Amino acid sequence: MSVQCVGEPILRNEDERLLKGDALFTDDVQLPGLLHAAFLRSPYGHARILSIDVEAARQSAGVLGVYTAKDIGSLMNPAPLIVPPPPIEGLVFNQRTHTALASSKVRHVGEPIAMVVAESRYLAEDAIEKIHVDFEQLPVHLDIEDSLQAAESFVHDDLESNLAAHVVQRRGDYEKAKAEAHRVITRRFTYDRGIAAPIENRCVVADWNRMGKRLTVWDTTQAPIPIRNGLAGMLGLTENQVRVIAPHIGGAFGAKLMAFYSEEMLVPWASMQLERPVRWTEDRHENFYSTSHERGQVHEAEIAVDQEGHILGIKDVFIHDTGAYNNYGLTLPINSQCCLLGLYHIPSYYSEFRVAFTNKTLVAPYRGAGRQHGVFVIERLLDSVARELNIDRAEIRRRNLIPPDAFPYDHKIIYQDFAPLVYDSGNYEPVLRKAMDMIDYDTFIRDVQPRLRAEGRRVGIGIVTYAEGTGIGPYEGARVQVLGSGKVLVVTGVGTQGQGHYTSFAQLAAQQLGVDVTDVEVVTGDTDQFHWGTGTFASRGAVVAGNAVNAAATAVREKVIHLAADLLSVSVDEIDLVDGKAIHRADPEKSMTLGQLAAAANPTRGAVRPGTEPGLEATRYFGPERGTTAFGAHAAILEVEQGTYQIKVLEYVVVHDCGKVINPMIVEGQVHGGVAQGIGNAFLEQLVFDDQGRIKNANLRDFLLPTALEVPRMKCGHEETPSPLNPMGVKGTGEAGAIPVGPLFAQALDDAFSDVRLEILDIPLNSSTLWHSVQEQGENQVAIHEWT
Amino acid sequence: MSELHTIQTNINGKPVEASVPGRLLLSDFIREELRLTGTHVGCEHGVCGACTILYDGLPSRSCLMLAVQADGHEIVTVEGLASNGELHPLQEAFKAKHGLQCGYCTPGFLMTLVPFLAEHPDPDEATVRDAISGNLCRCTGYQSIVDATLLAARQMREKAGAVDGSEATS
Repeated sequence: MSVQCVGEPILRNEDERLLKGDALFTDDVQLPGLLHAAFLRSPYGHARILSIDVEAARQSAGVLGVYTAKDIGSLMNPAPLIVPPPPIEGLVFNQRTHTALASSKVRHVGEPIAMVVAESRYLAEDAIEKIHVDFEQLPVHLDIEDSLQAAESFVHDDLESNLAAHVVQRRGDYEKAKAEAHRVITRRFTYDRGIAAPIENRCVVADWNRMGKRLTVWDTTQAPIPIRNGLAGMLGLTENQVRVIAPHIGGAFGAKLMAFYSEEMLVPWASMQLERPVRWTEDRHENFYSTSHERGQVHEAEIAVDQEGHILGIKDVFIHDTGAYNNYGLTLPINSQCCLLGLYHIPSYYSEFRVAFTNKTLVAPYRGAGRQHGVFVIERLLDSVARELNIDRAEIRRRNLIPPDAFPYDHKIIYQDFAPLVYDSGNYEPVLRKAMDMIDYDTFIRDVQPRLRAEGRRVGIGIVTYAEGTGIGPYEGARVQVLGSGKVLVVTGVGTQGQGHYTSFAQLAAQQLGVDVTDVEVVTGDTDQFHWGTGTFASRGAVVAGNAVNAAATAVREKVIHLAADLLSVSVDEIDLVDGKAIHRADPEKSMTLGQLAAAANPTRGAVRPGTEPGLEATRYFGPERGTTAFGAHAAILEVEQGTYQIKVLEYVVVHDCGKVINPMIVEGQVHGGVAQGIGNAFLEQLVFDDQGRIKNANLRDFLLPTALEVPRMKCGHEETPSPLNPMGVKGTGEAGAIPVGPLFAQALDDAFSDVRLEILDIPLNSSTLWHSVQEQGENQVAIHEWT
Repeated sequence: MSELHTIQTNINGKPVEASVPGRLLLSDFIREELRLTGTHVGCEHGVCGACTILYDGLPSRSCLMLAVQADGHEIVTVEGLASNGELHPLQEAFKAKHGLQCGYCTPGFLMTLVPFLAEHPDPDEATVRDAISGNLCRCTGYQSIVDATLLAARQMREKAGAVDGSEATS
């Protein structure tokens, strides 16, 4: 039966193989004669390489190759820039990408210096220990503000400072708004580095087939097609000689989007050199250094408001830490710059950022991708306004929301997708209201909190909103085909890392073709199956690839109906597609299965009409003119344990709007997972660096990821404002959960410590920093009392 | 690495004899030698729980053990959970409650929870959360894993009750 399956919580097609341990992950690839690679990495943050002695390593048992920068030829060209800077007037961008191996100097701890390939990972790691490198240490730039002030020994010798970029965007006249303001509030915010830490580390397996002259690469990447195209260029091959497969990926969250990581270039190259398959699997310690980081920013922000708390303007000047290289361009700071505007009408905006090179791992997107920082700044500024003007925190937000009749709403600055930042659709107040209702905001503040406080319990409530730019271009494509069995094949170029694409894309095809979702086979991330596309990032899979799947399935539906009508001698408007069959509506006995139709569409003898294309197949592409803007509100009630300052989340509510929903079960799962990562980011995860830039807690015991004990039960509410930018009306949701948790925790904790007028300005927090802040504030309060 | 040790073990009900280097990790033995790649490796220092297997029925981190320690012991991996192609009730419940997304940590959760449910047939949410607090998942936020576990417990109790009931009346 062709029942409605889009919009339903359909169970996932991919689950059974994952649950049985049958799903192929990259590290599972086994090939005859497989060799293993390991890397020697820099122990210093900034040092010249004076000499490298690899002789002992070459003699080590089981070693087939030891390679340094001088051995790898054209791979020493700088890695490609992934995202060029957008067309913003006056923009400065100093492009410095890494090379596959460090040659004259190392710029961060963990930068690869040499690669060993051996018969086993154990033997390769033995040989790594036998490589001797002489270094001359250089001053290390770790703090982003100091880095920009440095006068010498820059991260890149050919630059005259550590400045990587400088961008100003403005709307209206902030200074005028400031002059007219009732109140101007200035704050300094910091948002520290974090990492994505997917449970599966990165892995690359490469197999050069000497006889077939083809290279097959299995790669834990979110962007298999760009990897294929880039590898072909680097290795002197044509695109059709390279096949990149991104099989099941064990979580990515942006960290597997950076391209090219050194290992992605070197492992395929080594397979060609040695004419044997080679695998490299990152270990967790390496992951802390060699996989991209995110999040380091310092903001000096100012908000100008009128007497009622309406925003007149915002000025924000910030520094963004890109690490030692800037392969990912300006996506992150531009996201911060744009997402700061949130759901609010901000008539004037002056935003200026500088990007600093530092001697740390390069920075690239991690779930949220710069959005967190912007949301943190605007939400915290609104909290400070609420406090100073004595306005309720939910009310100050409501007053500043962009009204529902203002869409499309133009913020008059440029977004990360190079298009003007124009919100496509939105209806914000119902989302805020629903979050307040679900957490019983008014009752909590009026009754519950005073009662609990009287019992000596430190409880606080927070409520924040966010906008999430999603579903950006340029494009994705999909091919849909009815197979001889009557089952349906959907092929798309994006990779998948747990988002349920095997099911949500299947739902789209099943809906059009009247088959069961389990009869749709989805293939993603194999460049031999689909040639075009960019990848899975920016919450764009469902929007961009999803619309391509829907368009291709719709085209196949037309072909099926026309062929069936022809063969059954009825008109096309009398055909229904139901239960895997094309049936004559008035006389269901008159029918053909999709398998029969697929066979008829591919005759093996006889003649066809001129112009006939074989098969029930169609390929379609979708490229939106700009991204869609999803949005939502989070609310939480936190309790701080006296003495230990441990935090307990008593209630957590998410209300979000991602337009039309394909599978609400999957969407809710995305939200839950995002919130969990947001909680880790807000309250647990902090990379602690020593003076060389070594991470003192580069393991999962000391770098605390949230467990089932820290992540609370969440209540989710949905609103649905369709996007006008695509035929299905969908928006992305992958990052929604993660974005506003920092300011939410900060606000609720401020509330819990309102007696000492706590104001949290820095993320991440932890029990220790919270305790120190409260003590400090408490002492200040005493001082204030003594003075007054 | 050169000296090899002969071990005799039992993996998923089948006897296995192998010669292994002393330093070979049990996780590598299971994945690379036996090609049972459902056991995943996430941290190699015993924290994330993805590599959890049953060692004589007890959940154990195979990345913290050596292959030689399997000598004379029984190992069950995620591949040993389904029987005759039928998913274990816990696996069914994970599917029903969307208890997995990327699925990488999932085998570790399953192998932690199977013995837990044997000992705690009727757990409450807090007990389940405590039981899985040594397994890290970056996708789900744990809520759906907790719900799946509670569902599996209920279904396993009902099934056991039905069996007991039929025996009582026969």
